[in-house]
Amino acid sequence: MTGRRTGAGPAPDTWIAFDGEEVPAVTGEPVSAALLAAGVRTVCRGIRTGRPRGVVGIGTGEPGAQVRTDGPDPRPMAPATRVEAREGLRVSGLAGYGRLPEQAPARGGDARWAHCDVLVVGAGPAGLAAADAARAEGARVIIADEAPEPGGDARGGGRDAWAAATWQALVRAPDVRALARTTVTGHYDHGEHAALERRGRSDLLWRIRARRTVLACGSTERPFAFQDDDLPGVMLAGAAAAYVRRHGVLPGERAVVAGCHDGALWAAAALHDGGARIEAVADARPRAGAAAREALRRRGVEVRTGTSVLRAEAGADGGVAAALLVSVGPDGTARGEPERVPCDLLAVSGGYDPAAPLAVQAGARLRWSAPHAAFLPEGLPPTTVCVGAAAGTRDAEAAVEEGIAAGAAAARAALGPPVAPPDPVHTGPQGPLAGAPGGGLPEVMRSRGESAQGHGAQGVGPHEDGTGAAPLDLWSGPDEPLDPASSEPVAPPMALFCVTGPETDAARVYVDLQRDAALSDIRAAVDAGMDSIELIKRHTTIGTGPDQGRTCGTVASGITAHLLGRTMDGVGGTTPRPPYAPVPFTALAGRARGELIDPLRRTPMQPWHEAHGAVYEDVGQWRRARYYPQGQEDMHAAVLRECTAARTGVAALDASTLGKIIVAGRDAGTFLDRLYTGNLSTLKPGRCRYGLLCTADGMVLDDGVIARLPDGAYLVSTTSGNAETVLDHMEEWSQTEWPELCVHIFNATDAWAVVSLVGPRSRDVMRRLAPGMDVSQEAFRFMDLTEGEVAGVRARVLRVSFTGELTFEVNVPSWYGLAVWEAAMDAGAAFGITPYGTETMHVLRAEKGFIVVGHETDGSVTPLDLGMDWALSRTKDFVGKRSLSRPDTARGDRPQLVGLLPEDPGTVLAEGAQLIGEDPGPGPPRARSQGWVTSSYDSAALGRSFALGLLRSGRARHGEVVHAVHLDTAVPVRVADPVFYDREGSRKDG
Amino acid sequence: MLLIPCPWCGPRDEREFRYGGQAHIAYPADPAALDDRDWADYLFVRDNPAGRYAERWFHASGCRAWCDVERDTVDYTITGSCGTGAHPAGGPDEGPCTSPYCVRRAVPSGGGAR
Repeated sequence: MTGRRTGAGPAPDTWIAFDGEEVPAVTGEPVSAALLAAGVRTVCRGIRTGRPRGVVGIGTGEPGAQVRTDGPDPRPMAPATRVEAREGLRVSGLAGYGRLPEQAPARGGDARWAHCDVLVVGAGPAGLAAADAARAEGARVIIADEAPEPGGDARGGGRDAWAAATWQALVRAPDVRALARTTVTGHYDHGEHAALERRGRSDLLWRIRARRTVLACGSTERPFAFQDDDLPGVMLAGAAAAYVRRHGVLPGERAVVAGCHDGALWAAAALHDGGARIEAVADARPRAGAAAREALRRRGVEVRTGTSVLRAEAGADGGVAAALLVSVGPDGTARGEPERVPCDLLAVSGGYDPAAPLAVQAGARLRWSAPHAAFLPEGLPPTTVCVGAAAGTRDAEAAVEEGIAAGAAAARAALGPPVAPPDPVHTGPQGPLAGAPGGGLPEVMRSRGESAQGHGAQGVGPHEDGTGAAPLDLWSGPDEPLDPASSEPVAPPMALFCVTGPETDAARVYVDLQRDAALSDIRAAVDAGMDSIELIKRHTTIGTGPDQGRTCGTVASGITAHLLGRTMDGVGGTTPRPPYAPVPFTALAGRARGELIDPLRRTPMQPWHEAHGAVYEDVGQWRRARYYPQGQEDMHAAVLRECTAARTGVAALDASTLGKIIVAGRDAGTFLDRLYTGNLSTLKPGRCRYGLLCTADGMVLDDGVIARLPDGAYLVSTTSGNAETVLDHMEEWSQTEWPELCVHIFNATDAWAVVSLVGPRSRDVMRRLAPGMDVSQEAFRFMDLTEGEVAGVRARVLRVSFTGELTFEVNVPSWYGLAVWEAAMDAGAAFGITPYGTETMHVLRAEKGFIVVGHETDGSVTPLDLGMDWALSRTKDFVGKRSLSRPDTARGDRPQLVGLLPEDPGTVLAEGAQLIGEDPGPGPPRARSQGWVTSSYDSAALGRSFALGLLRSGRARHGEVVHAVHLDTAVPVRVADPVFYDREGSRKDG
Repeated sequence: MLLIPCPWCGPRDEREFRYGGQAHIAYPADPAALDDRDWADYLFVRDNPAGRYAERWFHASGCRAWCDVERDTVDYTITGSCGTGAHPAGGPDEGPCTSPYCVRRAVPSGGGAR
């Protein structure tokens, strides 16, 4: 046992299971604390090397202990430092990779949107002070912190009571939302932020739109690299001390502490006070700060300056058993012979990196500050400010002062001057708008790149005297009296990234533990000529692990700078893109899983289809009956039967999904004339006409029948699933090009259910179904629209045909859709009425050569390609008409619609099969494609298979044999006219 | 995601909008009179400035009105927005329109250089 509880913290009140063993734990403490207290050194294994790895850090930055958890907080992969111990929690170490559960995800997710005047990221001293100050100014505030409790980096440092009280006051305050366990994962345009709130079994993904952002997100402790620095028992010094101070957990009995800044010395003092025996304290600097040095001296510990760790040595359990200390130069090069110091805890610290990713995402650049030995953000936009440790300020009192100033300033800027529109005359059409301070644009809309000032902290940043004086550590207690003889109570930190000697094995100097990437990898990258940190990152994979380089990024930059002989700014850091911390896919998906992933639209007749064994097909968002198998029928047999019924008797299709758009208004006819290829203003009420809709480039967007209602308005039908597209298209042209036209457009798709009665006996069914309606050929002609009662319900009936057969398309209000459908089935029973689905519909329309938008068209097909010049008006302009005479659209060798008859009538071609000319012979065909199959079926009426396709110059090639290639087989097919059935159109009247 | 000022609804999330490309490109009065090159220019050729750009947005999940927004393509600063066609290209300079965010009136507040 190497770790233990000091007794200063709470006693264990529960148990967790780690790799099957019971481990006592304090509810709410990080799992890493429980593991350290129980003496668990090896938690997981390296991803490539399989080397044992233990807990390295605390809180955010954890490059070592990656675990999987089950039970009350199930996660496939998480740092042990970020999972709270709870009764029933089962934890297991990961061998590199996490694995998603094979069953449905145990973790839930949800999403929430929020708006605020000031968003404060981080609830340490600076963040708490900023949120409180912003609240006091009257701003709506959101404050978010990753940890379960407030306090940030300063937690466990004597300010916990203040932090807790301030947090509670914020929680209770109106207009403040305080979010614990919430990581702000990204800063996006115009003040938008994403944040992940962890809530036990589920996560909440926040989208927060903030007028102003205060980044008080603290810092991340970084190590420095040396040989075997990955051994269990090698920890970050500040983290090791934090376990003592926050959780009463001592990570080791015999500690060696090595660092290059005063914070590491204070950490040694904390470990001592927690009961550890301090075997040695090494400080790479020539001089340590007097205050920390004196504090250690009073504890009987001398600081060895100019000294660091050359190598860690493993013991029998695989964990650290000794540190080899050596004298080092300013660049970390070992000098002289090392001294072996036995220990079970090697606590190292290379300094503190301000948590800058959000600042960079907001537009800041990182600049190396030698006094801080860290990259600091600068050049933030005026909407964002960085304070506290995130801005390099390590003194808690100073951080609080910065927070107060920044919070108050952010609130005042967000709230703006008293709202007064710049000109009372110029209010919006619906009155003056709220939500725009000063009457103009919310300033977040110009959030980037406008800052004239250079520094992000805007006057409340780090100490500006340039000497680096006074970076008092957050943990330095006010109870430590200074040695009056010392003239330099604090000493500046030193930039130490790596310690090497002549015998160092660079392959075991681990830089990124999560990727098992070492000094040797960086050297290899530099030797290969890479001189950009972005390239080196990709080559070495350093910084691509779960913590995205939080702990190792600056170390990698420092090593690279040394190898290239450049400054830190000459190397820089990699771009910290969102998300800042891993976001589970379950959180991104939220409730959009299974049925809820996309709205499912059902027609009113769905219960009938359900009861009659329909097999479904999803068409866009619509769920449609595809066919209705009887007995043991497969789809092929069912479709042949349904087709036969439609061609010889009577069949019924639920066509409710057809798009239905009402176009009304004085200029509706003119409007449709300009959009559709045909003349529609001349359409008489009660008549229908087929029309094509093109985009300006001449490509077919949609097609459908346009009916003129008795009141003069138009009922435009669209392809199923295309109604919204057509509606948008109409509104765009109406609003942006022809606002002078009086047109009203309304999507009535869901308001009407449609029963399509098809076949030579359909008139007989209509006579029974609508005894009051004259459905004779003389009174109700092809392409007529009639209004009247059908099955006792007011209905619009259209005599249009998508099959070539006599058809009555009965439109009734959706509410009556099911009742009218059932009535039609009853009325048709005597005639053997057969329900049919979309598959039969496709066969029937394809037999007639009727196109379906999305099958025969793909956005690159013109009406001419489809051979539909007959639908184009020659006397008027329409959108896209000019494009049909462009050189490219007018050329003769474009793919054109053709019929295709396989030479073997039993072969049904694969839709999407490519068409080539010659038989390619055995082996994978290599010929150039001349077209493709767009629709392909077996036909009951033809007694054979057939297809439609688009073939280069196809209209001139009827009779020719080409080959349809699918996978590795080529099938000979004969090119034919695309109309296979009833070319005379003799059947449409029954 | 941008925060786009709809002249009718106020600032709204980009998720509610659909993009409509460059603004102020009118459908030619007589397309048949254009030669192939001019017609292709109308169809396909758009400005691509690094800087201020007048573009169209459709408040599809809101009021369903189109508007013209002036946005900087480098830093995404939005200067203003007007109802569609309020200030057509080559139209008379009539001063600000009724939009509270009219590009001819909006003065960025507190933004410094811009």
